[in-house]
Amino acid sequence: MMNLVWLLMILGGIIAAAATGQIDLVAKSIVSGGEQAITLCLALVAVLSFWMGIARVAEKAGLLRVLARLLVPFLRPFFPSLRDDDEALKHIVLNFSANLLGLGNAATPFGLKAMRAMQDKNSDPDTATDAMCTLLVLNTAGMTFIPSSVIALRAASGSQDPTATVAITLLAGVVATSTGLVADYLFRRLRHRVAKRGKHKWH
Amino acid sequence: MALISILSSWLIPLFVATVLLAGWLRGVAVFDEFIEGSKEGLKVTITLLPYLVSMIIAIEILSASGALDALTNLLAPLLAWVNWPKEILPLALLRPMSNSGSLAVTADILRRFGPDSYVGLVASTMQGSTDTTLFIITVYFGAVGIKKIRHALWAGLIADLAAMLASLVFCRLLVV
Repeated sequence: MMNLVWLLMILGGIIAAAATGQIDLVAKSIVSGGEQAITLCLALVAVLSFWMGIARVAEKAGLLRVLARLLVPFLRPFFPSLRDDDEALKHIVLNFSANLLGLGNAATPFGLKAMRAMQDKNSDPDTATDAMCTLLVLNTAGMTFIPSSVIALRAASGSQDPTATVAITLLAGVVATSTGLVADYLFRRLRHRVAKRGKHKWH
Repeated sequence: MALISILSSWLIPLFVATVLLAGWLRGVAVFDEFIEGSKEGLKVTITLLPYLVSMIIAIEILSASGALDALTNLLAPLLAWVNWPKEILPLALLRPMSNSGSLAVTADILRRFGPDSYVGLVASTMQGSTDTTLFIITVYFGAVGIKKIRHALWAGLIADLAAMLASLVFCRLLVV
């Protein structure tokens, strides 16, 4: 996917430059773009290192487990097909908590463990289960307390207030997560209704 | 909105203080662990570098040649209809596809329009409040060999769109 997008961006730019008779801009852009990327990286290192350090302390302090325990009652209702003591549910809550704390590297392993636990009980291993789709929605909506790379970018580009968007990012994440969950619920209902009607026809 | 900016400026210090204090109370060697963790920062930045170089150069060529302007102007009437700043369009298109790619686009928007402008704030919020839907679907379903993903992609993209619209609305509250 990204291969095609990138190819189209570069070719589109070169063709447009040729068409408007400013082909020399292409070579200049390559140099200036590369310079910008390097400057950006230098500024990113400092802020990202700080957040990675804090994330490590948070993990060692067991904050992930505390947050996960607090979140179980909120997340439980969205996974009606899982049992209370399900191993998948435990990993789902840890995955969501890690995302919330901005521990992206910790979130993925928990998410994959949850997927594997759900797949073990999947009667149709080619097709995603209801709970799998809900977990995916939680992850793609990406709700987080600390958008560390954005803070780093804002600081790097000379913002007066690099953390200005932290609260609204969390709010927008809440909106995205709720909308995604509602969409997921409606899609699920639709499918079950269609499945029921299908059965009715056949019998 | 004074409340939102007060909340934003308190959220980070409180978070840092809570983490460090909780770590200390639980007997974590806070400084040593911090150092250990921050070594990751360098690694992450180095992994990001090729993505930033490739995307920023592509955007630079696109915008210097006028192709980006042509594309956004083409879609401008549609965007104006929902009150969507057209400068954000490249980010909205790339966000669900690539995390590092859209991070590069965000960097470019912040540099061009300023991080504290309305457009800069929207770009920051958008980048932070959604995740890379297509990548997550590929990794998660790929890891367990699911072929029929049902509605996961659509629900994910609907969540992305909601985050983007929410970013527009909330940032408007922030600047007035």
